[in-house]
Amino acid sequence: MDRRIRVLIAKPGLDGHDRGAKVVARALRDAGMEVIYTGLRQTPEMIVSAAIQEDVDAIGLSILSGAHMHYFREVKRLLEEQGASDILLFGGGIIPDEDVPKLKELGVAAVFGPGTSTQEIVDFLRRAVPERWQAQGLA
Amino acid sequence: MRKKHDWLRETYQKSLEKMPERPIAHRTLSDIAPEPLYTPEDIGVLDPEYEEKRGYPGEYPYTRGVYGSMYRSKLWTMRMFAGFGTAEQTNERFKKLLKAGQTGLSVAFDLPTLMGYDSDHPLSKGEVGKCGVAVSSLADMEVLFEGINLEEVTTSMTINSPANAIWAMYLAVAKKKGYDWKKLGGTIQNDILKEFIAQKEFIFPPEPSVKLVIDTFEWGPKNVPKWNFISVSGYHIREAGSTAVQELAWTLADGFEYVEAALKRGLDIDEFAPRISFFFDVHNDFFEEIAKFRAARRIWAKEMRHRYGAKNPQSWMLRTHAQTAGVSLTAQQPLNNIARVAIQALAAVLGGTNSLHTDAYDEALALPTEESATIALRTQQIIAYESGVTHTIDPLAGSYYVEWLTDEMERQAMAIIEEIRRMGGVVRAIEEGYFLRELAEASYRYQQEVERKERIIVGVNAFTDEIPLKVPIQLVDPEVERVQAERLARVRRERDPKRVEEALAGLRRAAVEGQNTMPHFVECALAYCTLGEMMDVLREVYGTYQEPAYV
Repeated sequence: MDRRIRVLIAKPGLDGHDRGAKVVARALRDAGMEVIYTGLRQTPEMIVSAAIQEDVDAIGLSILSGAHMHYFREVKRLLEEQGASDILLFGGGIIPDEDVPKLKELGVAAVFGPGTSTQEIVDFLRRAVPERWQAQGLA
Repeated sequence: MRKKHDWLRETYQKSLEKMPERPIAHRTLSDIAPEPLYTPEDIGVLDPEYEEKRGYPGEYPYTRGVYGSMYRSKLWTMRMFAGFGTAEQTNERFKKLLKAGQTGLSVAFDLPTLMGYDSDHPLSKGEVGKCGVAVSSLADMEVLFEGINLEEVTTSMTINSPANAIWAMYLAVAKKKGYDWKKLGGTIQNDILKEFIAQKEFIFPPEPSVKLVIDTFEWGPKNVPKWNFISVSGYHIREAGSTAVQELAWTLADGFEYVEAALKRGLDIDEFAPRISFFFDVHNDFFEEIAKFRAARRIWAKEMRHRYGAKNPQSWMLRTHAQTAGVSLTAQQPLNNIARVAIQALAAVLGGTNSLHTDAYDEALALPTEESATIALRTQQIIAYESGVTHTIDPLAGSYYVEWLTDEMERQAMAIIEEIRRMGGVVRAIEEGYFLRELAEASYRYQQEVERKERIIVGVNAFTDEIPLKVPIQLVDPEVERVQAERLARVRRERDPKRVEEALAGLRRAAVEGQNTMPHFVECALAYCTLGEMMDVLREVYGTYQEPAYV
């Protein structure tokens, strides 16, 4: 695979707990991916616009504040609005099991809870992103 | 060496006069009656460093505890962190926790409140009442403490950037209800430095932020003398991924930075230092945590006495709240967290904490349910009343390992504190990205160790289950946003607009001219200015802070 996977890791909303986001960002980079970290307190508009500008393959949202339904829904809506729904959306944080099917229904490709190994996220992206490339005739 | 007999006659007796022993059997289950304290004398060994390094409880350097009789007389304060949804819902939870035997209140605020936005601000959408209670004006604060006697209960409030405003609202409630500020006890966290290091709930840049903190140092002792106007917090530093030694070093370095800022303003150290309190995390490494508390007290005492020249022994005493490590809780096999919390709480007690919050087992999933919060409180009560660890003070003193580890943590922490001093202090180190880099390293290293199974976490990377166990979780009512918006609209409609305008103008003037802001915050609170309005005034004057995005 010549093409490198590009991922945007984002912290939406007011929450400042960014340990998980940073550990994941670093692990993806160590796995050979190109990682852009947005920094704290991003609005869905800022996240989607950065994702499009940076031409990423995937967006990972990290949310611990309980506001996950709101932010995933908004990011997904904006991606569609801007014709960028091919960008893979995934996330993690403190997200109750009950909400995972609802997020999947919204089109969130994967939700990683506490205790997930970074390898699991690496494996997921290595599998899911090339599938998308293939579907788009890019690979 | 000073004789134990003398300590018993002097410090211990004096402590009992103020606070007699609890009327329970200070005896083991086989009816052996331990003495309040054991020292090298009791086992006939020689410890030439005893007085300098360990000393007696209630005496410099306080390694063995800040009070003369510690838990023989008074147990630590059992203070559970609580808050969700509306002020009404949290008020109800407070009353239930008090009825269950909790001895102090501790308020968790939601993210909009922590960031100084009103509940109806566009950035608050989706966050109102989610990880704490929403407080946007005095009207919310009045509901939050409805039916609670503020002179009888002490209240801790986890609030930082908007701490002055929220404290002013609490004091305004007390004033309106006729309580005497001189009798009010409690704590505001008000530790902005650790926000820049770890928790990231900052609004203004570091310098004006520290200025606001020092306003409370100056105003607090004169107006609300029993209130701890700061809780210098290592908890969030640890939760953000630091090691125990980093937590110890950075927290104390923060404490010294505030002391230096207050001295620079010309305040008298012995007037403000006795009201500085601390807050530490307690993680799984049992002995390391115990040693951390003992080392913290010793370092603070030594530095306050010798480096900063404090003369009042109250200024040397590091009093601390502790909380079990949220970061250690697992979403997998959540009931195991009850065992983790019990071990961590025991470490905090053996470390001599003065106040303790125990996490609920479901906190890796959501906010605690009423049942899980009660189990967490019961865990403290079992340690307090059944385990017998309170019979004698600092029971692990003299353990070769505990004493060695205490010394070692002191040595390593002091090396880091000196390094920060060489960099020009904590604010300089923040500006240089020192803490962000160190934290990223430490948390990544830990994660790698877990993934390589060099560190085992039961239920996560070993002893896992095929079928996940389900536990009930607390859901926050989405109605909260509407209820809050309605109350805010009513407040804005019913208040006296002229008084609001004048109060906000006073606050602006104080900020621009560099005067103490606290009297103006109190006037704003009484005028029902909203939190957002107060913070907007300061945002205009001070500007806001954007952290560099570093991975």
